[in-house]
Amino acid sequence: MEKNRSLVDRLNSVNEYEQEAIPGNRLKGWRSFLGTYAGEHTAGTEFVIGPLFVAHGASAIDLVTGLILGNILAVLSWAFLTAKIAVKTRVTLYYLLEKIAGKRFTFLYNLVNAGLFCFLAGSMIAVAATAVGIPFDMAMPQLTDIYPNNLGWVLTVFAVGTITTIIAMFGFDQVSKFAMVAAPWMIMVFIAAALAVLPRLGVTDAGSFWSVAESTIWTGVPLEGQSKFGFWHILFFAWFCNMAMHIGMADLSLLRYAKKWQYGFSSATGVFLGHFIAWIASGILYSLFLIESEGSLTFAPGPIAYSAVGVAGAICVVVAGWTTANPTLYRAGLAIQSINPRWKTWKVTLFVGLFTTIAACFPALVMMLLEFVALYGLILMPVGAVIFIDVYLLEKMGLKSNYAQASGKSLNSAVAITWLVTLAFCLLLNLMVGVEIFFLGLPGWFVAVLVYVIASKITQRK
Amino acid sequence: MKKLIIKLLSFIGLGLNIVPAILVFSAEMNPDTCKQLMLFGTILWFVTAPSWMNNGQEDASQE
Repeated sequence: MEKNRSLVDRLNSVNEYEQEAIPGNRLKGWRSFLGTYAGEHTAGTEFVIGPLFVAHGASAIDLVTGLILGNILAVLSWAFLTAKIAVKTRVTLYYLLEKIAGKRFTFLYNLVNAGLFCFLAGSMIAVAATAVGIPFDMAMPQLTDIYPNNLGWVLTVFAVGTITTIIAMFGFDQVSKFAMVAAPWMIMVFIAAALAVLPRLGVTDAGSFWSVAESTIWTGVPLEGQSKFGFWHILFFAWFCNMAMHIGMADLSLLRYAKKWQYGFSSATGVFLGHFIAWIASGILYSLFLIESEGSLTFAPGPIAYSAVGVAGAICVVVAGWTTANPTLYRAGLAIQSINPRWKTWKVTLFVGLFTTIAACFPALVMMLLEFVALYGLILMPVGAVIFIDVYLLEKMGLKSNYAQASGKSLNSAVAITWLVTLAFCLLLNLMVGVEIFFLGLPGWFVAVLVYVIASKITQRK
Repeated sequence: MKKLIIKLLSFIGLGLNIVPAILVFSAEMNPDTCKQLMLFGTILWFVTAPSWMNNGQEDASQE
C-alpha cells in the first residue's frame, strides 16, 4: 500500500511537529543524537575551517589548547542551555519564540534566520562541488574569488544543490539516517587523509609529529593579507562557531526529540571529532598543499582530499558537505514554514534549496567562512538569551513568561528592543573599541539578558 | 547470522579506510595501493552499513 502512494502524498505526509509538542512515542534515543551530531559537525566546513586556521597563522600549542577548552564550553552550552529547555518545552525555537515575542517579531526573525541558514548550507554545497568537479577538470575557486567565474562551477553547484534539496525535502528522519551511516566513515577518511600525507611533511614517526607541527604545519605566521590568530581566537571560535545552535537555541528543533536533557552531551561527538580531529586533519592537508604548490591561491577542499587519499577523499568532501547542508536546509525550511504553517514542508524546502543553490555559486561564502560563522551566531544569539530568561527567570521575578501569547500581542517590544540594543552594542564594540567579531558573543549575551529583564519590567508594567 | 556477516563486512570496509593509511605512514604501503583499498572500503561500507545501522537507530528510538 505504501509503495502505491504517489510521491506528492508521501511528501505531504512528512510531519515534523512544527506547531506542537513532540508526542512521547516519537522521542528518539541517544544513538540518534550521537549520529546526527557526529555527522553534522564532521562536515564540509571542517575542510575549510582547519585550513583557514593555518592561513591565519595559529601556532600548534594555541590550536590544540584553544580547541580543547572551546569545545568543552560548547558541549556544556548545548547540554545546560539548549537541551534543558528543549526537553522542558518540546517545541521548535520558532514556535516558542512566537509565544514569547509574538508573530510579527517571529516573522522578521525567521526571515533573517532562514537567510543565514541558506548561506551556511550554500557554503557546504560549494565545498561539495569542488570534489564533484574533479572528473570534469573544472577550474577551482581562489582564496580571493567573490563571484562565480566559470560556467562549469555554476553547473556543478546546481547539480549538488538539487540532490541536497531532494534529500532534505523528505524530512529529518531521512537526514538523520544518512548522517548516521556516513559519520563513522567520514571520521576514518579525515584521519586517514592526514596520516597518509604526514610522511610528505617530514613526519616519519609519532615522536616527530609535534616538532613538524610547530615548525611546518601551524607555524604561527599568517599568510600574507590574513590576520593573526592566537589562543583566544581559537577558543572563542570553537565555542561560538555553533553559537546559533546552542546559546542561540536553534537546536531546540533537534533536541526536542530527546528523551532526557543529558542527550545534549552527545554534541561532544560532533565537536571533538569534527571540531578537533577534523580541523587538525584538514589543517595538515592544507599545509602540505601550500608547501607543494608553493603558496598557490587555489582553495578547493575536493582536490586537496583527492590528492591525499584518492577517490575516497573526494567522496568524503561531497558527503561531508551533504551531511551539513541537509539539516541546515531542513532548519531553514522550518524557519520559513513557521511564517505560514499551512505551507507544506517539502514545498518550502524546495524553495529554500533553490535560493541556497544560487547563493552557493559565490565562492566568497567559502573564503569568508570564519567571519560568516561568527556573524551568524552573533545575530541569532540575543534571541537565545531572551528564551533562557523567559523560561527560567521571568516568572520568578513576578513577570509573565510567553508574554506575547499571554497578552495577545503580535509584538513583544521587549524582545525587539533586546535584539536591536544587543546588536547595536556589539557593532559599537567592534567599530569603536576594535573588538574582533569572534569575541563579541560573550559580552553581547550578558547585555541581551540585562536589556531583556529591564525591557520586560517596563513593558509588562504598562 | 546474515546480519552478523553484513556487520562484519561493514567493519572490514571501515578498517580498509584507516589501516592502509597507517601503513603508508609507517612506510609499509604504497600511497596508490592505499587509495585503491580506501575506495573499496568506502563502497563496502555504504553497501552494507545502511541495512543494520538504520535498524539500530529505530531500535534506539524505541528503547
